[in-house]
Amino acid sequence: MSALLAPGAKVRVRDDWPETRGPCHIRTPHYLRGARGVVEKHLGAFPNPEDLAFARPAAVLNLYHVRFVPQTIWPDAKGEAIVVELYESWLEQAA
Amino acid sequence: MTTLLETPPDRLLAAVRQLLTAKGVFTQAEIAERIRITDNASPAQGARMVARAWTDPEYRARMLADGAQAAEELGIPMRGMPPLGVLEDTAEEHNLVVCTLCSCYPRAVLGYPPFWFKSAAYRARAVRDPRGLLVEFGTTLPEQVKLRVVDSTADYRWMVLPLRPAGTEGWTETQLAAIVREGDMIGVTFPKLP
Repeated sequence: MSALLAPGAKVRVRDDWPETRGPCHIRTPHYLRGARGVVEKHLGAFPNPEDLAFARPAAVLNLYHVRFVPQTIWPDAKGEAIVVELYESWLEQAA
Repeated sequence: MTTLLETPPDRLLAAVRQLLTAKGVFTQAEIAERIRITDNASPAQGARMVARAWTDPEYRARMLADGAQAAEELGIPMRGMPPLGVLEDTAEEHNLVVCTLCSCYPRAVLGYPPFWFKSAAYRARAVRDPRGLLVEFGTTLPEQVKLRVVDSTADYRWMVLPLRPAGTEGWTETQLAAIVREGDMIGVTFPKLP
């Protein structure tokens, strides 16, 4: 596990598409790939479901609630916040 | 010869149960207990938690900190269930739960999800046009109330702790629990007086 991200930390979801490379199990929705958000809360640490799904040894990863502004994803979005559970392996620090 | 696909499902189920017990994975008693727990899971369980939170500030604090522990406190079995997170509605902010990936749902406290929860339309619209979606459920969210959509994607299951409606002052916990519906704990509707 990496160092904990504090509430308020700015992050970017990796713009990665493992599903184009072969069979996989991903809990990071398509619409968030490459999106910028803010860490709201640390939710704990859990074995990586991307490995569990294939019965592979799974590293324990930090899980965060990350908040996004919907209009940065869809300009016509209606709503003030989208909050999603994301594993640290999908998050990059953003400026 | 009958293929697996043609075998009556009851016979397949009986065979799997026999194999599991023969191999010592579970006992018949454990299977019966699990079936009993699943049958008892319904929105009435979550409603009991909401009603307790409305009447007991200390329970409310414990429920917001750890939903699963708060459920256990009311006798709702949570062993083997994912962690339960509770989203607190306020006068300024309303929560709406969706699982855009599949159908994650807090079954221990809400039972089986309603059919529309898994529909592609609900999942797509809840994140992109949640205000329009609420209107279709007959819910009017005041303009100044912020709408926070929680996309349940991973290890938690989420339920909404709605605001206690005006006009319920002095009501008992049982009376309060009776007006809390599944949609109120998903966030598509608000508890209403009968």
